[in-house]
Amino acid sequence: MNSTAPPPVLPGALPAMHGGPLHGAAPAAAILRGAQSFGSITDKISGIVLAPRTPRWWLVAFAACSALTLVFFGAIGYLFTEGVGIWGLNVPVVWAFDITNYVWWIAIAMSGTFISAVLHLTRQPWGASISRFAEAMTVFALAIAGMFPIIHLGRPWFFYWLAPYPNVMGLWPQWRSPLVWDFFAILAYLVLSLIFWYLGLMPDFATLRDRARRRGAQIVYGLLALGWRGEARHWQRRQSAQMLLAGLAVPLVVSVHSVVGLDFATGNTPGWHSTIFPPFFVAGAMFSGFAMAMTIVILLRRAFDLGEFITDRHLDNLAKLILAMGLVLAYSYIVEIFMAWYSADPYEIYVTLNRMRGPYAPVYWSLILCVVVVPQALWSRRVRHSPRILFGISIIINIGMWLERFMLIVTSQHRDFLPSAWGMFYPTVWDWAILIGSIGFFGWLLLLFVRFMPLISMSEMRELLLHQQGGA
Amino acid sequence: MKAGAGPHGLLAEFSAPAALVQAARAARGAGYRRMEAYAPLPVEGLIEALESADERLPLLALIGGIVGGVGAFAVQWLSVTAYYPINVGGRTPAWPGLVPSSFEMTILGAVLAVFLGVLLRSGLPRLYHPVFNDDGFAAASNDRFFLCIEAADPRYDALQTRQFLEQLQPLHVREVDS
Repeated sequence: MNSTAPPPVLPGALPAMHGGPLHGAAPAAAILRGAQSFGSITDKISGIVLAPRTPRWWLVAFAACSALTLVFFGAIGYLFTEGVGIWGLNVPVVWAFDITNYVWWIAIAMSGTFISAVLHLTRQPWGASISRFAEAMTVFALAIAGMFPIIHLGRPWFFYWLAPYPNVMGLWPQWRSPLVWDFFAILAYLVLSLIFWYLGLMPDFATLRDRARRRGAQIVYGLLALGWRGEARHWQRRQSAQMLLAGLAVPLVVSVHSVVGLDFATGNTPGWHSTIFPPFFVAGAMFSGFAMAMTIVILLRRAFDLGEFITDRHLDNLAKLILAMGLVLAYSYIVEIFMAWYSADPYEIYVTLNRMRGPYAPVYWSLILCVVVVPQALWSRRVRHSPRILFGISIIINIGMWLERFMLIVTSQHRDFLPSAWGMFYPTVWDWAILIGSIGFFGWLLLLFVRFMPLISMSEMRELLLHQQGGA
Repeated sequence: MKAGAGPHGLLAEFSAPAALVQAARAARGAGYRRMEAYAPLPVEGLIEALESADERLPLLALIGGIVGGVGAFAVQWLSVTAYYPINVGGRTPAWPGLVPSSFEMTILGAVLAVFLGVLLRSGLPRLYHPVFNDDGFAAASNDRFFLCIEAADPRYDALQTRQFLEQLQPLHVREVDS
C-alpha cells in the first residue's frame, strides 16, 4: 500500500443515531464494541488467520482432536473389516448408537444455516458476527451426520445405490422410503450450506489474499477468492444471491429434519408411529443446534478475545432462543405422553410407561433433567449474562439431546409388541469409540477452520460499522 | 506487469463510501458509461448511482427450481410406472410419496442456479484483472473505495478525465495499466 492519508477512524463507541435499514429497532451500540474503523476490523479478524505464530492452546487442542480423529477413522476401518457385529446392537434393537449419533449430529447441523438465514432475512444485525462459524458448524456437523447412515449399512460400499443412476441391474431406489428422502434432503442441505458459506467467504478470502505476506498463502487465498475485487455489481449480485439462498434455506431446513422425523414416524413401532414427529424433531434440532452454537461462541470469544464483535447481547439473544425452543420441546414431550394415553393403544401406553419406569428409566429422567429442567435457569437475566454458566448449560443440553435420541430410538425397539421378542441393548467399546471419535473429528475440523479462515465475516462487520455510524 | 495497448483507465481512490457514491453519480452525470466502482463492502446506493443493477438472479432461481423439481419428479414417475413398476395388490403407482425427494431437488436446482448465476454473470472466477496492477488497489478489500473510469469509454480522455476525477476530491488519481 502506498497511500499516505490517515485511515478513516470512525468513533465506534457512539450509540447509533439513525435506524438504518439493517437496524430495526435494535440498539446497535451493543453489537459492536470499542472504537472501530474499517481498518481495525480487518486487522483484528484477518490477524487471527495470518498470525505467523500458532497459539499454544490451539496446538494442544489440535493434537487432542487429531488423536480422537484417528480413533474415529480407526474404529470405522475396523467396522468395515468386521461388520456391524462389533457394535452392541442386535435384534430387537437394530438401531442404537449409529442412528442416535446420526440424529444428534444432523440436529446440530440444522441450526447453523438456519440461524444465519433467518437473521439475514429478518435483517437482524446481531447475526453478522455469529453467522460465519454457525455456518461452518453446519457444514462440519452435516458432513459427520451424513457418514452415519452409510457406516450403519451392512454393506456400506453399496451406499451409492440410494442414488438413481442407470445401472445394468435395472434397479431403482424405493422412492417411497424416508431413507431415500433422507439421501436427497442431506444432499440438498449440504450443497446449500456449502454455497451459502462460500458466498459469504469470497470477499474475506480476497482480503486475506491482499494482506497475506507469504507466497503460499497469497496463492491459496487468491484461488479461493476466485478473483473477487469488490466490484459494485458483484456485491449486488452476491447480496441478491444471499437473500435468495436464505429464503430457500428456511423451508429446506424444516424439510430436512422433518424427513429425519419421518424415518421413525412411518414405521409402526410403538413410540415412533406418531404424526407429531416431524415438527417435534425440528424443534429438538433447533434446540440442540442453538446450544452447540452457544458452546462454540463462548469458546471462540474466549480463545480469540472477540468481545468487541461477540458481545453479551449475542449470548443473551441465543439464550432466549434456546429457552423458547426448550419450551416447545417440553410441550412436545407432554403431548407425546398425552397422546399415548388418549390413543388407548396398550402398546403405546406401555412404551411410554416403560420409558419412565423400565430398564432405561435413568436415561429418560436424565434427559428430562438436562433438556427440560436445567434450561429453565435461562429465565434469569443474571444467568444469561454469565458466559460460564451459559457454557455449562449448553453442554448439558447437548448431552441431554443425545440421551433423548438414544431413549427415543432404543426404548421403542427393545420392548415392542411381543414380550418373547424383547431384549436389551448395551454399547460396546466400538460404539463409544465412534461417538467420542466423531466429536473429536468435529473439533478437528473446527480448529482448522478457525486457524485458516476468517471466523467472523469482515465485510459484514464493515457494513455493521457503517450503519452504526448512521448510514453512508 | 506487461503494458498492453494502452492504459486500462483512471483509478480514483476515496476514503469513505459516501464519497464513492457521489463520485459515481457525478461521473454518470458527466456522461461516462464504462466505469466500475470497487468497495470492501456492499455500499448502499452505489449500484443505483452506476445504474447497473442485475435483476436476473430470482428468475434463474425459478428456472433452476423448476428444472430440479420437474426433473426429479419425472425420473421417479418413469421409474415407478415404466422402468420398474411394482404391482402390489393391483394398486396403481401413487405420487404423494414422490413429493419429498422432488421438493429437495427443487431447492437444490434453485441453489445451484443461483450460485452458477452469481459466478458466471460476474465473470468469475477470473484471477487476473487490470485493476490488480495498481499497487494501492489491495486496500479495496480493506478500507478504501475506488472508482475506475475505463479507457474504453468513448468520452475518456487522459487529461480531461483526470481533471474531472480530481475535482471530486479523491485521495489519489492514478492511471492503471491494462
